[in-house]
Amino acid sequence: MLDIEIDGKAVQVLEGSTIMDAATLAGIYIPHFCYHKKLSIAASCRMCLVQVEKAPKPLPACATPVTNGMKVWTRSKEAIQAQKGVMEFLLINHPLDCPVCDQGGECQLQDLAVGYGGMHARYREEKRVFFNKDYGPLISSEASRCINCTRCVRFTAEIGGEMELGQAFRGDHAEIMTFLGRAIDSEISGNIIDLCPVGALTSKPFRYSARTWDLSRRRSVSPHDSLGTNLIVQTQHGEVKRVLPLDNERLNECWLTDKDRFSYEALMSPQRLTLPVMREGDDWHAESWQIALAFVSSALRNVVSEQGGQALGALASPHSTLEELYLLQKLVRGLGSENVDFRLRRSDFRSDDVRTGAPWLGMTVTDIHDLNSILVIGSFLRKDAPLLAQKVRHSALRHGLRVSTVSSAAEDWRMPMSTRVKVPPARMVSILADIATALAEKTGIPLASNLMQRESVKADIPGEAYAIAEELLNGDKKAVWLGNFAEQHPRAAELHLWAQEIARLSGASFGFIGEAANSVGGYFANAVPSAIGLNARAMIESPRHAYLLWGAEPDLDFADGAATLAAMTRARLVVAFSAFDSPALRQVADVILPLAPFSETAGTFVNCIGDIQSFEASTLPHGEARPGWKVLRVLGNLLELPGFDQDDCESVRAEALSGGNTRLDNTIGDVPAAKVPVPNADTLQRVADVPIYFADPLVRRAASLQNTADAALPVARMTQVTMETLGVKAGKKLRIKGSTGGVAELEAVVDENLASGCIRIAAAHVSTVPLGHLHGELTVERV
Amino acid sequence: MSIRPLILAGLDGDRTWRLQDYVARGGYEALRKIIKEKISPDAVIAELKASALRGRGGAGFPTGLKWSFVPRAFPGDKFVVCNSDEGEPGTFKDRDILRYNPHAVIEGMIIGAYAMGATRGYNYIHGEIFEVYQRFEEALDEARAAKLLGQNILGGDFSFELFAHHGYGAYVCGEETALLESIEGKKGQPRFKPPFPASYGLYGKPTTVNNTETFASVPFIIKMGGEAFMNLGKPNNGGTKIFSISGHVRKPGNYEINLGTPFSELLEMAGGMRAGRKLKAVIPGGSSAPVVPADIMMDCTMDFDSIAKAGSMLGSGAVIVMDETTCMVRALERLARFYHEESCGQCTPCREGTGWLYRVLHRIELGIGRPDDLDLLRSVAGNISGRTICALGDAAAGPVQSFIKHFADEFEYHIENRQCLVPLAVQDAGSQIYVGQSC
Repeated sequence: MLDIEIDGKAVQVLEGSTIMDAATLAGIYIPHFCYHKKLSIAASCRMCLVQVEKAPKPLPACATPVTNGMKVWTRSKEAIQAQKGVMEFLLINHPLDCPVCDQGGECQLQDLAVGYGGMHARYREEKRVFFNKDYGPLISSEASRCINCTRCVRFTAEIGGEMELGQAFRGDHAEIMTFLGRAIDSEISGNIIDLCPVGALTSKPFRYSARTWDLSRRRSVSPHDSLGTNLIVQTQHGEVKRVLPLDNERLNECWLTDKDRFSYEALMSPQRLTLPVMREGDDWHAESWQIALAFVSSALRNVVSEQGGQALGALASPHSTLEELYLLQKLVRGLGSENVDFRLRRSDFRSDDVRTGAPWLGMTVTDIHDLNSILVIGSFLRKDAPLLAQKVRHSALRHGLRVSTVSSAAEDWRMPMSTRVKVPPARMVSILADIATALAEKTGIPLASNLMQRESVKADIPGEAYAIAEELLNGDKKAVWLGNFAEQHPRAAELHLWAQEIARLSGASFGFIGEAANSVGGYFANAVPSAIGLNARAMIESPRHAYLLWGAEPDLDFADGAATLAAMTRARLVVAFSAFDSPALRQVADVILPLAPFSETAGTFVNCIGDIQSFEASTLPHGEARPGWKVLRVLGNLLELPGFDQDDCESVRAEALSGGNTRLDNTIGDVPAAKVPVPNADTLQRVADVPIYFADPLVRRAASLQNTADAALPVARMTQVTMETLGVKAGKKLRIKGSTGGVAELEAVVDENLASGCIRIAAAHVSTVPLGHLHGELTVERV
Repeated sequence: MSIRPLILAGLDGDRTWRLQDYVARGGYEALRKIIKEKISPDAVIAELKASALRGRGGAGFPTGLKWSFVPRAFPGDKFVVCNSDEGEPGTFKDRDILRYNPHAVIEGMIIGAYAMGATRGYNYIHGEIFEVYQRFEEALDEARAAKLLGQNILGGDFSFELFAHHGYGAYVCGEETALLESIEGKKGQPRFKPPFPASYGLYGKPTTVNNTETFASVPFIIKMGGEAFMNLGKPNNGGTKIFSISGHVRKPGNYEINLGTPFSELLEMAGGMRAGRKLKAVIPGGSSAPVVPADIMMDCTMDFDSIAKAGSMLGSGAVIVMDETTCMVRALERLARFYHEESCGQCTPCREGTGWLYRVLHRIELGIGRPDDLDLLRSVAGNISGRTICALGDAAAGPVQSFIKHFADEFEYHIENRQCLVPLAVQDAGSQIYVGQSC
């Protein structure tokens, strides 16, 4: 520990601390612009100059290491004079257009200018002007306002993983820009808007729409990925105007994904449902809640009384709240059905019978910091869980975490990778078996007896499996993660089993990244079928007479959109609960009830580490939309089911969490090996990713996100070799046929980051729905 | 005391840059002596300390002391870097050393690497003297072929690789940490110090950066002994130093003289003032050194301490001589423009302040100055100096402060009367003559 005296206050700080750290500890604010707690030190703005005893000149607090017995004055005449001098320099070329600047009211330069700026400008020359840059649909640039603090530059390089911005030119010609005029493509790019201390980088969707001091602030939780990012939702006149991160060091720190930041645009999308709508033949008309709910309850009663409870199936989005999922399963079970599920994109449910708890990440998020080695199995990590990826990246860049991955596609994660193994989907199980076998060989611990005799355990283990085994035996803190691609795999239960074995042999923790905001919460709410019930896949494969479809779109949110559409179209009754209208919903549903999205309802999400995070509504519901838990409660009453008399969301939550389903455990018992089908020589195995901005109904309607590169139309990606085998050329349109005959016409694109014999086609887009199952086999023809 | 050059000695022949020629002049004897007699690195550094050699790049830091900072026990790579990014207006000595005596630099770097246990070296050569870079590459090839570089130099157990690297002409890359960034392939911008290069330098490894002339002096120190070298100059200012004399003298050029030689003698060597005009002022150490009026300068001796006493600095030894036909406003405006163009843009005071200084000076020069401009210039310069990451800010502020201090009357006259104190006809007459008749 070092002793330091700042402005007369004595504090003790750790060795290696800076004056800025010590001041923070002492509760003393030192003005600064370029310094940011999460970024490297630039020491370039010079605003934090302070007087240090025995130093001949003022020193920057952010970069000056504390020495024992140091005496610092942050508000002495010398310090203030230096700070005022810097402020004057910062202002001479700044436009001072605060009245029309979006940053006004939350601008660090504006705030500090009040304290340190002069009353009159001594600079009477012409101001420097820069042309604004085009950074894409999310970030707006006012280059002349830039004070060259380079926080944005450091963010892209250090947090985003790729230096997308740089400071070009010298002296007062220096300006921030992208390389070669490219847009910023990072999935966490919006954070540079928060980082920018002035109005040089502002939110394109938000700008000019409100003054920040007019906005109300509400705490909320992200409805998208599984991290449970904490949000500040800012509203005005009952409308969400902007979403900002709420600091939570355990989860999102001070960051936000672009999906969380900009998806609010969908809340006012023209496709928002504001009234219940009912089908009459081929026509639709709006109805009151009363009539709509009366219809729904009587129709449900009819189906159940005529065909029995099991004729009913409920399928809910994993982005629904805990309370919604809980009441939905309660309602369905009250009607005598066990058919309820929220794992809509999964196709292998064999682990259900042998699981011991809710699958989760298996470790805390903060522990990623200390990991020595991680193996990520079957994940588009950067797009599926951008902030988890960021933490892995940070640990890899700063602390030497060794990152390995096994998947069918090897995307650029913008981080140093140790080992990357690409195998076709059909070989996923066997490569994990190889890794486990290699581990057993290296550690001398025998494979578990139930796995020893599997056909996937073979004598000749490929070198890449050894390489990964070696990585996993490095260091003492290790983790194995299963991603969404592995969870959606047709043999997901076996992948789970082998990952469990790999973790056991290497002493690693293991767990699931999780697909959605409530991928753990769904288990807590018991929104899963019991042994006699049907899971999501079975409900589609053996079609039900009636479906309750909760917050999901039949074509886009399921493992097999085409089959789901077909099953539901044939059903006698489909009751859809949805915040948004869609052609597919109109195709299958008999009635669509308008749900309040996350910003308009109270609710709870349980994130990938089991944090139960509740939030209140940020605004009143739009139009006649209503919070889901209220709708279910009323419907329960109309159906005269017991236990639907909760007064508020809290009591639903308390009831849901007292159900004994809140155990987090990834351990599963034995799952027999599935018969491995012989791959058809004429077909290609599909690798289906769920693109980041197609993943849920909300983000699909966020206009600005839909203009980014990540929301580009699906294409057919193949390696050059595969293309040559098929005799097709890049850039040409291909006719691609699914195993059930559906056809999609997509452009061929070369992608060398793909296992051979595969074709990567994005899911969750209307153009690829006819291809059927996410993991189907496809044939390709030239158009 | 007789004046005898060391580095520039014997360079009036043909192809003096060749290895053969250098060896004939006694080149690589120092290195051979070290390898053959197995002189310890500590002894080499002790010799350097005894020589009172001070860095020739501008700051004048004692070289022996600098070399002793390198953590010799540090495992892994250590680097020596030669700073040949000579970009300061008025300075042109390193160019001539590299052009006519490159092997002296190579030998000095090898000895430095030996003394500090470095495994690799780089010579960073200013981008605007590309033919010098090419010649240095040739010299490196010669040295490698003669086993003076590479594995087991001269059959001993010391190995060292040396490479040339050229910049693209940015003045700021002469700042040692910006130079290291540039070698690493990044934008040439100074790093915040601490940590200093001695502990965290090139690629994060301990690194010593010295000027070309400093390295070139090393073989001579080893050969003649530290004390003998020091005695060429005076205590704390050892050896000879090359001065690049430019401006209104009859014979501008590089002159290697013993430190402590009176300025008047140096001026005489350079042929005296052209056309017999009167000396007005001298910038004794490159454009960033404060200007010294004639009467003070004539009393100075050319060494670090004497010039510092006169309120300026010896710097890189670039002596810019100005005669009575010079308008000091115009001279300062030109200097300010240089610093405005060359500020790297990283830290605020220098990025914003250098432009401000230039614009105000430009205005005064154009005859549209304002009464409070001199106060403004002093204040802005004061807000830059001592507040920046590197010394470029100080370098930009120094001339402004010193010009206004010593020649305030000219600036005031310019602002009040919207014209130069030195009549235009006089200025014109001065600028027409570049070299005196006697040359």
